[in-house]
Formats: sequence, structure tokens, C-alpha cells
Amino acid sequence: MLLSSLEGALDQTSFIPPKSFCRAMATYLEFIQQNEERDGVRFSWNVWPSSRLEATRMVVPLACLLTPLKERLDLPPVQYEPVLCSRPTCKAVLNPLCQVDYRAKLWACNFCFQRNQFPPAYAGISEVNQPAELMPQFSTIEYIVQRGPQTPLIFLYVVDTCLEEEDLQALKESLQMSLSLLPPDALVGLITFGRMVQVHELSCEGISKSYVFRGTKDLAAKQIQDMLGLSRPAVPMQQGRPLQTPEQPVISSRFLQPVHKIDMNLTDLLGELQRDPWPVTQGKRPLRSTGVALSIAVGLLEGTFPNTGARIMLFTGGPPTQGPGMVVGDELKTPIRSWHDIEKDNARFMKKATKHYETLANRSAANGHCIDIYACALDQTGLLEMKCCANLTGGHMVMGDSFNTSLFKQTFQRVFSKGYNGEFRMAFGANLDVKTSRELKIAGAIGPCISLNAKGPCVSENELGIGGTSQWKICSLDPSTTLAIYFEVVNQHNAPIPQGGRGAVQFVTQYQHSSTQRRIRVTTIARNWADAQTQLQHIEAAFDQEAAAVLMARLGVYRAESEEGPDVLRWLDRQLIRLCQKFGQYNKDDPNSFRLSESFSLYPQFIFHLRRSPFLQVFNNSPDESSYYRHHFARQDLTQSLIMIQPILYAYSFHGPPEPVLLDSSSILPDRILLMDTFFQIVIYLGETIAQWQKAGYQDMPEYENFKHLLQAPLDDAQEILQTRFPMPRYIHTEHGGSQARFLLSKVNPSQTHNNLYAWGQESGAPILTDDVSLQVFMDHLKKLAVSSAS
Amino acid sequence: MSQQGYVAAPPYSQSQPGIGGFGPPNSSIHYGHYGDPNSSYSAPQPGVSKSAVPFGSPAPVGPPPPGAQQFSPNSFQNGSGTPGQQPQRFQGPPPPAQLADQLNSMQINSYGPGTAPSSSVSPGHRAAFQGPQVLPPAQQQMGLPPAPQLPPPPANSVNGLCAQPALPPVARQGGIPGPVPPNPNLQHLPGQPPGPGYHPQQANYGPQMAAPQLSYPGAFPGGPAQLAGPPQKKLDPDSIPSPIQVIENDKAARGGQVYATNTRGQVPPLVTTNCVIQDQGHASPRYIRCTTYCFPVTSDMAKQARIPLAAVIQPFAAVPPNETPLYLVNHGETGPIRCNRCKAYMCPFMQFIEGGRRYQCGFCNCINDVPQFFFQHLDHMGRRIDHYERPELSLGSYEYVATSDYCRDKKPPNPPAFIFMIDVSYRNIKSGLVKLICDELKTLLDKLPREEQEESSAIRVGFVTYNKVLHFFNVKSSLAQPQMMVVTDVAEVFVPLLDGFLVDFEESRSVVTNLLDQIPELFADTNESETIFAPVIQAGMEALKAAECAGKLFLFHSSLPTAEAPGKLKNRDDKKLLNTDKEKTLFQPQGNYEALAKDCVANGCCVNLFLFPTQYVDVASMGLVTMYTGGTLYKYNNFQLDADSPQFLSDLRKDIQKKMGFDATMRVRTSTGFRATDFFGAIYMNNTTDVEMAAVDCDKAVTVEFKHDDKLNEDTGALIQCAVLYTSLSGQRRIRIHNIGLNCSSQLADVYRTCETDALINFFAKSAFKAILSQPLKTVRDILVNQTAHMLACYKKNCASPAAVSQLILPDTMKVLPVYMNCLLKSCVLASRPEIPTDERAFHRQLIMAMGVADTQLFFYPLLLPIHSLDLKSDAVPAAIRCSEERLSEGGAFLLANGLRMFLWLGASVSSELIQGLFNVPSFAHISTEATSLPDLDNPFSKKLKHILAQIQSQKPHTMKLMVVKQREQPEMLFRQFLVEDKSIYGGASYVDFLVCIHKEISQLLS
Repeated sequence: MLLSSLEGALDQTSFIPPKSFCRAMATYLEFIQQNEERDGVRFSWNVWPSSRLEATRMVVPLACLLTPLKERLDLPPVQYEPVLCSRPTCKAVLNPLCQVDYRAKLWACNFCFQRNQFPPAYAGISEVNQPAELMPQFSTIEYIVQRGPQTPLIFLYVVDTCLEEEDLQALKESLQMSLSLLPPDALVGLITFGRMVQVHELSCEGISKSYVFRGTKDLAAKQIQDMLGLSRPAVPMQQGRPLQTPEQPVISSRFLQPVHKIDMNLTDLLGELQRDPWPVTQGKRPLRSTGVALSIAVGLLEGTFPNTGARIMLFTGGPPTQGPGMVVGDELKTPIRSWHDIEKDNARFMKKATKHYETLANRSAANGHCIDIYACALDQTGLLEMKCCANLTGGHMVMGDSFNTSLFKQTFQRVFSKGYNGEFRMAFGANLDVKTSRELKIAGAIGPCISLNAKGPCVSENELGIGGTSQWKICSLDPSTTLAIYFEVVNQHNAPIPQGGRGAVQFVTQYQHSSTQRRIRVTTIARNWADAQTQLQHIEAAFDQEAAAVLMARLGVYRAESEEGPDVLRWLDRQLIRLCQKFGQYNKDDPNSFRLSESFSLYPQFIFHLRRSPFLQVFNNSPDESSYYRHHFARQDLTQSLIMIQPILYAYSFHGPPEPVLLDSSSILPDRILLMDTFFQIVIYLGETIAQWQKAGYQDMPEYENFKHLLQAPLDDAQEILQTRFPMPRYIHTEHGGSQARFLLSKVNPSQTHNNLYAWGQESGAPILTDDVSLQVFMDHLKKLAVSSAS
Repeated sequence: MSQQGYVAAPPYSQSQPGIGGFGPPNSSIHYGHYGDPNSSYSAPQPGVSKSAVPFGSPAPVGPPPPGAQQFSPNSFQNGSGTPGQQPQRFQGPPPPAQLADQLNSMQINSYGPGTAPSSSVSPGHRAAFQGPQVLPPAQQQMGLPPAPQLPPPPANSVNGLCAQPALPPVARQGGIPGPVPPNPNLQHLPGQPPGPGYHPQQANYGPQMAAPQLSYPGAFPGGPAQLAGPPQKKLDPDSIPSPIQVIENDKAARGGQVYATNTRGQVPPLVTTNCVIQDQGHASPRYIRCTTYCFPVTSDMAKQARIPLAAVIQPFAAVPPNETPLYLVNHGETGPIRCNRCKAYMCPFMQFIEGGRRYQCGFCNCINDVPQFFFQHLDHMGRRIDHYERPELSLGSYEYVATSDYCRDKKPPNPPAFIFMIDVSYRNIKSGLVKLICDELKTLLDKLPREEQEESSAIRVGFVTYNKVLHFFNVKSSLAQPQMMVVTDVAEVFVPLLDGFLVDFEESRSVVTNLLDQIPELFADTNESETIFAPVIQAGMEALKAAECAGKLFLFHSSLPTAEAPGKLKNRDDKKLLNTDKEKTLFQPQGNYEALAKDCVANGCCVNLFLFPTQYVDVASMGLVTMYTGGTLYKYNNFQLDADSPQFLSDLRKDIQKKMGFDATMRVRTSTGFRATDFFGAIYMNNTTDVEMAAVDCDKAVTVEFKHDDKLNEDTGALIQCAVLYTSLSGQRRIRIHNIGLNCSSQLADVYRTCETDALINFFAKSAFKAILSQPLKTVRDILVNQTAHMLACYKKNCASPAAVSQLILPDTMKVLPVYMNCLLKSCVLASRPEIPTDERAFHRQLIMAMGVADTQLFFYPLLLPIHSLDLKSDAVPAAIRCSEERLSEGGAFLLANGLRMFLWLGASVSSELIQGLFNVPSFAHISTEATSLPDLDNPFSKKLKHILAQIQSQKPHTMKLMVVKQREQPEMLFRQFLVEDKSIYGGASYVDFLVCIHKEISQLLS
């Protein structure tokens, strides 16, 4: 059985020429790209320094960006269970790097060198009849396992009713629409909140019934379950669901019902949702019990569906103003905390609220449920305090001005988007297990995950990010969710690795597929070792500066969450200088002699932009915005992360086809249309002349149809980006002198400012009114410091 | 509370050397020994029990009537007083001579065919009870109604007993104290399921009866034994004052007339007398009745007479359509005119002086300026020219429109709300009660009370169901379906919604109807049997608070709230506590209900409680909030849908439609020299002067006791103004004023002449029922007996013409005080008997605390009507007869009503025509006693009876459930409880015995 299913799998994947893998890479770039496409992994170093000492001198840690569920059109899952190494501390999965003795039907684990017998089902294997997991092109392979109960996905809507009528209406429509997007057998639940929290019972006919909780009183999970009547002994399950395990009480079905059964009911119920009826007097904020609502949502799922994939989707239109988790009082005259207040330790509720949400996030994560936050309001909504709910559970965080915007509507719709094979682009309850060969240890991970506290021989004592474990839980992930995983080389200098030795890392991700199947994806990669003293050029050449920039940025952002901003910047600078010192070519104390090889050339620029980015700079951003930006930065894949660090700028003009241009003020020219993508915003900027033309209406004149096309081109490109991006970016269409042009001006390198405008005497470009240093100045300083013999 | 405090007897609170303070029960040398185990009075006891032993067996000696074996001995005596029993009574030791003398004289008197007729009706103020040999005929006549006045006992009412009228009661007395005779009939009773009302349990008369040391009623059995004398000397029940006679006399004298309240201190007709009342400056007796209409001028006098000075105020009493409703005075922005010093409202007692520019307050004598807009010239009499144009100058009762100063937070109130809170636990669903309520509400909500002039009711309605959690319903008119909101946090209950909870029924009719249709189905398969209670009230209150309105909760509850929640109750019904000092704890609430009640009152939340218990539910605790908030408690034991729903529905209808005031505060102001000191009723007092009532309806009465501060002035009299600030049905803030002026006199005789026994009993009942919370019941009973004796003794000593010590002389106005007092003493509240369910006692206690004079009168002395001899031609209700078994007859049918229940008693040989006419069945045996109503039959007899039933019912707040009782069948025991002149099976003394006892007390006080 096993082999026959294997053969099927092989047929489908046979279009990859096996030889291609073995052929020497033309360049490292190609190698890196190929690796990323196949395995979803980008390492900062692709040749590894073979000793601990040398590794630390490389400045940029040995680390990788892992996209566990990278979409692979060419990877049909196999229908059997992986073969595991029998050593209890290892349990690595059989992979193409293992040595196999086909005659003895033995295989050697490439991590712990344990020799293992093949299971009986593999009796027929031979050099010509290999199971897929032994073939080199299956360095990444996905297994479908028939283990555990298949519980449907759960979507629990937690809806704020303290909204303006329009907003509420829009939200209701979005929610109603979403019902049609859910998998039909998914369970859905509804909690609404305002001054009170209502848990709606969906099973009843006629009268709509809800359980109401006071918004000011925090309740333990047990109390919530008692009050919802969930703790009663279960009645035998309804027929046709034999897979139901006994610990799933049927009672939960009162609040969580299959969509196909109650979508009419729920549509009506949502339609009848009223704004919170409690009067809000002048000068007050509505009383919003977000903290308790979330607590109840978490408690409800905890009691009914522990360890099954579930999304709690919180829709909130303002800050929590009462009860546990309140972020601000209901007096409008006291504004919600700003960075200034936080620095001055003036944010009264922040610590308590953060603690409340952290507790909830941890509970929720422990049960494998994720929490999404959709916050739409003009003011802050308390994302700073609530961020951990999304961050620790892998939930989405969406920030908008109103529910009645396409930004929210489309973003929300996109949550339920489907992949190429018609499956939802979401997975649940993933358990990422990282195994390393013995020269390596795991220092930590940064991403939407929590530690599972799995201590083991390959866990390093030095923590980078969430460390001290070799396993992490990612409650919810999609094909683009990317974790940064940091390693430590532990091989001692005096124990050299034999020539041609390779280090290996295996990522085992067990997760619940959106089809409710349990799946295991195994990625095994190997890289060559090199002695940094003798073969530094190999290591240098194998440096992935993009990955390194993102990995360093993640570390920086991770630090920024707990440290003062300037400290993080200083740390980043120091690392950059050290890297330049290590890999630059220069004469001591001669900045002009400084050169960086091609594989490092862009790195300082990335760091320059990172220093200016909202991830590290809180100026001009509210605490909520910072949390929002950082949230997305910590989970997007390399490409998106780079866009976030250094936005992309395209220029459209009559002078030629659209082209990417420098993110520099000198790129802002009157006869250009610029399209900037910062990931969070798409800005279309009409140069001065273009804007005047447009005002004059040339685009409507038949003879100037080319102008019309020029105007249209960036719009089309923007649309393309908008279509694929999650969350939907803010779309800004502006022109020279427009107030919204600030989005562009704040991002470009201020090569021309009011300070040097006339001194430079350049023919074009737009001056930026800023005191920020430009890239040029930054680089000059960097060179100076790098070549300085003082440091 | 000290035991002195409760009855308004000056001698109790201030010990007087003359009569003796009522300190420790046995301290008084004068009469304290009544309860003293060592008193001489106990001596006869052994004799009594000795005599009793033989009595048990002779009982069946008489010719047994058909099927006689199952009857109690009591019933025989009606039919056949056996001479054979008499000798046994002689076995007791000879009674004290003095008593014997008295009895002799009484009996002689009573037998008096010879005591002939005196010529004229007594002008006198007293009734004397005395032998003819002592008194001149004139006085004798006063005391006992002379033969012509007294209707002779109808021949058919005392079967063949005419020959020995006096015998039965006395004979019975002799028999009861003894050990219980084995009685097959009575003994199987305890086994029967606890029936509605009293347990007709008979097994034991309890230690009290036998124990010689106990006073009332235990001591009574001694009396009759001593009474024993030659048969011809028996005390004739017909010769002692008859309440029926007194009532009929008053009816005859004043019934159907116009009674104008134009004179200060005039005594109104009795509550049982129908007349038209015209307000001419003093409040109608429907609103205020006083224990006496002439106050003694000094406190010394008051202490001497020990007549409680009290007024029973029923501020919202219903007035018949032929009387004028209250006028509404609106002074606009300025609000009511009030005395600057004492804040009394403008009323007829204000004296205008200085040409009308100023007025002198009748209460505090302060001189006030007349406001400009109110100025009016005086006529030659010194009376304002507009005297008759302004209700506040010429009427005893009227209303003011209040300004915002009189409102909560100075904001005009919102219209009140009714919240229906239905217990949907297993039992109520199974019994069909929930469906019944829901169905009824659908039509009933159209009849919410409204102001006379308004088209529709302003009252909003809300709905809550609950078992151990609460379900609120959103019935906003814009919804297609009602929405249910479950609140499970019962520890800290809250209101989950605001908008849509309280709605106008008219607007939300379809949603509400939909809801009421669905409620029974929603919970149809519930198996939740635990309930909560306090959180329900709390929730209702919070809802009203959130809606910023006053209102009334209607709770329909069936079981002891045992679910884990605040106000959880445990079964604490412990019969072992009876007759101990701890008995009072049975009437005290458990838990924190007091605080809840206080909150409710503070928020204008009245709680009406409909209880459907099958066992003990701790009425004392559960009813407390109802009591303090001016609500009404209804209780339907072992509710059966078929049998009890008419009664319940009728109660519910009546209650919902009642005219009432919400969020009320009452203040009683008096003229100088005396003041209101104590208040009794369904009220809450936060301080000593303001009576707070979350709501007050037409049936609620507050009894106010007054005490002297100073000497009163005979010229100015004693003036009382009762002001009730309240929110009307439409949400208007109003002040209802009742003024009444009483006389003052330095002559005790004047005081006695203007007493009103019905009001006295109302006062005594309420004060005693309040006192049982803090004092042992025995003490309370003793105090009542003592005070009665004292009042009468004082009269005899100071007002009556000199007479022999042995003569019992009763003031005319208090002629029936002993019988009423005895009824009060026998009421189940004061009777510590294990057979009486504790809940029943607590229930009655609570009801009576809120009752007006008319209700207490009927409750304590039920109405007993012979209906076999109805005059089909007239509309009138037949004359009542005395509540005694000997007034019944085998061939008759009698209707008994006490305001709570009704009995139709059918004699064993009642005519079959009557049976056919009433029941449409051929014979006595075919009558079903299950029925709780009579069939509607098309014959004059049935119609007439139905008419009478309706008439009796119409005046009473509670719907009386009719019970058909056949003579010599088991339920007859229950019925007998209400024959209050007889000895009670629970040990209460008969009227005759009590009279003897009182007489003895009086004699001792005077000697």
C-alpha cells in the first residue's frame, strides 16, 4: 500500500529533473533562490564557519528565515507517516541525507548516527525503488497522517457593538459575507460586547438567546464554563460523528455550530445586532469590555475544544474602557496613552492591561487557538496592550480607520482566501520541531510562536529571541508566515570538521491543515562547513545579505519591544560597524579606501533604512501603530520584510518604461509618477508637472491618450500589489505638494534637504524638510568608524 | 425590642404603681400571676384532667347519627347534649366562690326569659355583663342585648338543642384538656398530605393544654372546669355580646345613610356598615380610622386607660363610585403651600388671620404669610371667601401636584414599570403554571392600570424568567423575534440590556405575544429544579434603577431557593423551636434579605410575590422584601392547575389592575402635644418619621401609634395630617393629603365612648405580630390578654356606675373586644402549634401587617352566612350568624369567608333541592368536594348565591378559594378552624372561656 501510493506521488513530481539539484550552482544567488523556493529557507550564511569562535566573529549570527508552509505547487503530500529515528532524544525524520543500506534495510540517522531498521512496510525498497523521502528533490516533503480526531475548524467572532451606526452596519455585512467564505462544516460562534458581553447561543430556534456577562468582572475559565453550562457531563454525541472523542462535550454546540446548519440564523442574528444600547453621555467614551469578551472567548474554547484549530476573531472599534484589560478610562478628556506617556511612566492602565492580554494569549496559545484583532478606529484601540494576543498565537492584526473602508473589508475577505488548490490559506496548531546536527545548537526563534519548552541536546544556552527550546507552537499560520531561527555553532576550534562535512538542520512542522487533516512537513537542509581562517572568502561569498538584514532586523525589533529605542539603534550600529570591519577591505584609518564585496554591498543600506523604519523609530507613530508594524514585520517572509525595511520605488515617465528607482529624494522629479510600496502603504505620487497636466485635463483629450496611459500604468501596478497583499495596504493617491505626499517624503533618503539644497546644486529632485541624516552621511560615518583603528 | 414596646400601652412602658408594670411576666402582683405556675389558679388543674379522662369515653354515649363513628366528639354535642356528661364535671374541685357567683349571675342573666326586656335602648356607653339581681334592668339591658333585640337562635341552627343551650361549649371545654381520646377519625388525619391551609392535625393537643403553669391558652381549660355548676346555670352563648349583633345594630342605625365628616372627633360607622361618605373637612374613614376619636388630654390618663392611641391609614383606599374621588390641586411652579416651621401642608386646619394675609398653622401654631397668589379675603366668619372652591381649604383629603423639588434628583419621574419574573424551573413547567401565566399575561397586559383621564396606560412592561440563572428578554418593538439574554453571574447580578427590556405593551405587542407564546416551549424540556431568589429581585431592582423609574416586580416562584447564589436559603423549619424563646427566629429572615429590601425601597422597587410551594419555602425570608416594599404576597399551596388557577388568575388580574402609587414616602404630622411614634405595615422606615413604601396600593394600610408629648388642648383637639408623596400611574409626582381632627377630653368616659374595636384589633394584631420578631410568643399573648383586661378594668373602675366586683362590665364600643381579641390570640400566627406550618404563620403574619381595618375585621371574625334560607327576592346579603358550631344545622348550608378563603359547609341533611340547585347533582353523596367553584346554573338560587359570593369577594384584595365542606367529612376539621367562637382544635379558648378568663383578670386587677 505504502509503495503504491508512493509511486503516485513520484509520478506527479517527476517533472523536476533530478539532476538539477546536483548540478553546481552558477552563483550563490541562484542557489539561494532555489533553496528558498524548494524549502522555504533562507540562511544568513550558506557556508558555515566551522568553529564557535569564528562563528561569533562573523557578527551576523548563523540563522535562517523559515517559511514552514511555503506554498509548493509541486509538492503533493504523501499519505503515510514519516519514519522516525528510534533514538528517543532524536526522533529525526528519515530524509535524503540519511545513509541507507538497502540490503540490510537499515538507515543511519544523519543527526545522531543511530542505525535504524526500516519499518516492515519498507521491505521492498532498493536503490531503484526509493520512497520519496529518500530522493534528493524531496528535501521538503509533506505527510498526511491519520492521527487524532478530525475536528472542524472553529471561528469565533468577538464583535464590538460600541460602533457608529455606519461602522456597525459595514461590519455586520462583512461578517455576514464571511459566512459564505467559511468551510461549510466549520463551527462558528458569536460573542458581542459593549458594556456587557454576550455569548450568543446559535442552536435555538425562534428566540435568539445569549448569555450575558458583566464587562467589569474577570472570570476564571472554570467560572465561565460553569456559567455557560459547559461543565455538565456530556450527553452522547449525535450520530454520524463517530470520530468525536469523549472529551468534547456536545454542550459546546450551543455556542459553536456548523456554518451550514445555522448560516441563516446567524445571518439574521448579525442583521439584528444593535449598537450597544447603554447611553454614552457627552464627554465619555462608550464602555467597552474587550478584556472580558476576549477572556470569555478564550475560556469558551478552552473548555470545549482544546487543542483544535480555532480562530478567535476580535473586531473592535475602540479602546477597552472598562474591566480587566482596560486601556483608558471612559473620560474623553484623558487621552489614550502616547509614547510620551509611556516613557514618562504615565500610562496608568498599560501594565495591568498588557498582563491581562498576555495571560489570555498564553492560555489561548496553550490550547492551540489563535486570536485575530481587527481594530478599526481613528484613535488608538489598545493594540499595544493587546498585541501579544495576535503575536503569541499567530493571529492576524489588522488596523484601519473604519470598518466601512475597503481596507478592512478586503483584508477581512482575504483572511478566507484560498490557495491554488482551493484550500484555505490557513493552518492551525502547528508544532515546529527543529533538529540540528551536533555541531549546531538552537539559540531561539522570532516569529508568531510560543516556546514549547522542549529542552534537548540541541538547545543552546545562549538565547536569541524565544529560546531555551527546540520546539515552538504556532497556533495559526499561512503560507507566508515566516520565523527567524537562530543557531549557534558549537563546534570547538580544535576539533575540525572533516573536509566535505556538512551540517544539517531538520524542520519538522506538524499542523492541522485547513481541510482538518493532520499533516507533517519535513524540511531537511545541509550546508558545507568551512574554516573561517582559511576559507573566509567562501563564507563571504555565501553571505545572504538580504536574509541577514531581515534576521538582524528581527533581532533588533525583538529587542526594541523590551529595550529603549536608542539602545537598539546603538546595538545595530555596532553590529554593522563590526561587520564592516570584519569583511570590508580597507586601509586602516583611510575611509576612502573602504570597499565591501558584492555580497555585502547592500547590507549597510538596509540597515540605514531599518534605522529610519517605524519598527525602530516610534516618533510620529502611536504606540498602537508601532505594535501593528512590528507585528507584521515579525511574521512576513523575506521579500515582504525587505519591502518593509526599504520600500520599493517605481518611476513612470515618458522617458521610458517603468523602472525601479532609488528610494531617494532625488528620484522625485516633476515629470514622473512615482509608485511606492512600503508594504503598509501604496503611494502613487504625481510629480509637479504631471499633476498640472492632469488638472488641465490632458488625459481626457484624445490626442494625449498616451498621457492617459501613463496615468493609468501605476494604478494598474498598484492594483496588482493590492490584490495579493495581506493585510490590504493603505492606498494613497497624491501629488506634488499634496498633504499625503508626506508618506513618500518620510521614506525616501533625504539626500536633499533644506540644509544642503543650494549647496549641492543638483538639477532636480525634491528637498525634504528634515534633519535626518542621509544615506551618504551615514555611509561616510560608517566608513570612518569601520576603518578607525581606535575601535 | 423590649417586650414593653410593642403594644401601645402606656402602663407597659411606664410602670405604674396602681396597676403594675408589665415587667417580667410574673412580677406583677395584680395579674402577673395569671401566668404564674404557682398561682392559685393552677390548683384546679389536676381536677380538670381527672374529670377529663372519663369524658373521653362518654362522648359516644349519645345516639350516634348515621355514620357517626367517624365524627369527632365535638360534632355530637351539637346534636345531642347528653345529660349524662354533666355529673362528671362535678368531679373537679369547687371553683372559687367568686367566680361561681359571677357565672351564676351570668347564666341567670342569659337564661333570662325572665330577664325581661327593658324598655329603652341604652343611651349608655357601656355594656354590662352582670347578674340581674345586681343591676337595675336598664343597665342590664345595656350589657346584654335584651331578648327582643337578640334574634333567637333559629330553630334549625341548633338541632334540638334548644333545651340546653348553654351546655355544649362548656362541656367540650371539660373534655379537651385531657389526654387525647383515641379517635379514629382524627387520628388518620395526620397521615394525609399536608393540605392547603392548616394541617388539620389532631393527634395531640400539645403540652400547653395540659400544663397547668401555662397561661393563655393553656390555662383556659381550667376555667370551664371551674365553671362547672348545675346545668341550668350554664353560660349561654346567646347572652354574651355578639359581634353579629353589634354589626347589625350599626347597620341598622347608620347603614345606607350619608356620613358627613364635618365634625371633629365623630365616630364613623363600622367597617361592616355600608354608607356613603361625604368629605366635609376630615378624611373619610375609608382612609383613616382611629382606635379612639377622642384622645385623653394627658399622658397620665392615657396610661391609666391603656387604650392604644392609633390611626389606621389606608392612603390609597378605593372609594365606591358614588363617592367623590380626590381633587387634584395644582399650584404650578410654586408647589404646595406649607407651613414654614412644621412643613404641614395647607389644609382646613389652618386658621386665616389678619384679613387673610396670614395664617396660623393648626399643627405647630406658627404664623405664616399667605403667598400672594393664594391671598383671599375673609368673610364675616373669618373664613376665606373661596373656602368651598379650594379642596385644600374645605376637604379632609385631596392631592397636590408636586414640583420637581419633590422628585428624585429633581427630575420628573419616568412612568413606572411592571416586570414579570417567572420561575421556569422544572416544577413550574410541569405543573403548567408557566403556560398559564404566559397565556394570561397576553390578555391581561391590555388592562394595565391607568389614570382616569388617560387613554392608555403609561406603564411599561418587562419580562424575566429564571431558574438558577436569569433570562432577560429584549422585546423591543422593532425586533421580529424577542431576544433572550441569559445572566449566569448570579453572585453579582446585573441588567444585561436597557433598550428593549421595558417596553410599551401596545407598541411591542407582537413581540411580547410572541415571547409569551414561546416561553413555555423554550423551557419545556428543562430539568433544572434549583432556583435562585434574591438575585432575581436584585435584577428587577437594577433594571428599574437603570431605567430610572419606579415599578413593581411580579415574581412567580415555587421553591426554596437552594441554588448557590446570594440569598440562598436552607430549610430551617424546626418544630422543636415552638414554645421556646427561639420561636421568634422562625419569623426572622435568614441571610441578607433585609439589605436587599432596603435597596429595593430606596429605588422604588415594589416586589409582588406569588408563591406556589409544595413544601417549606421560608416565607419569613422570602416574603420580607415583599413586605418592606409594599408588595403583596400570594401563596397557593400545592398548586393544582385545575383547582387553583381561577383563584390565582383572579388574584393576578386584580393585582395588576390595582390603582396604586409608586416610590412613596408618607409623613404623619400631628398638632402639638402628641406625635406619631410607631408605624406598622408593609413599609420600611429609614428614620423615625418617614414611612417609605416602594409602592402603596389601595389595600395597604399603615397603622400609626401616637404618644403624648405634652398635655393636649380640649379646644383645639388633636389634629393629624398624613401626607403621601408618590409617583402616580402616569409618572406624575403627587402628594396625597389626608387630614383628620380628633377630640380631646379629660374624661375617660369620653375616650371609651369613641373607641373603635375594629381599629383596636387591627392595631393589636399588627403590634403583636411585629413583637413576635423579638419576644417569645407567650409573652406577646400575655401582653394582649393583660392589656385587654386592663382597658376593661380601667373602664369598670372609672366610668361604669359602681357595681359588684363580680360583674363584667364592658364599654359599649368595646363590647366585642374580648371575642375579637380571642380570635387574634387564636390566630395561627400566635398559636405555637406544630401542626400549623411555619410558612402559613409567616404568611398570615405578613398579610395582616399590611391590612386595613375592614380586612382585619373579616379575617379575625369570619363572615358566616346561612344560605339555605336565602331570600331570593331581595338583593341583599343575608344576615350573618355567629361563628360557632352550634349555629350550624344539619339541614342547612352555610357560607364562611375570612378574606383568604371561603367554605361552603353543607349539613348532612341539607335539602336535595338545595343541592340540585347549587350543584346540579341529585344528592348529598354526589357532591364533589374537589370543586373550587360552583357550577353556573340557571336557577335563581344558584344565581343568588353566585351574586353573594361575588359581592363578598369584590371588596377583598385576595381571591378566596372556595372549598366545599360536607358535614362529618374529613375537611370539616379545616372548616372548624374558622368557627372562631368555639374552642379551637389547636387549643385556643372558646369565646365563653376567654370571657371568663378576662373577667377574672379584670376582677383581679380591680381587687
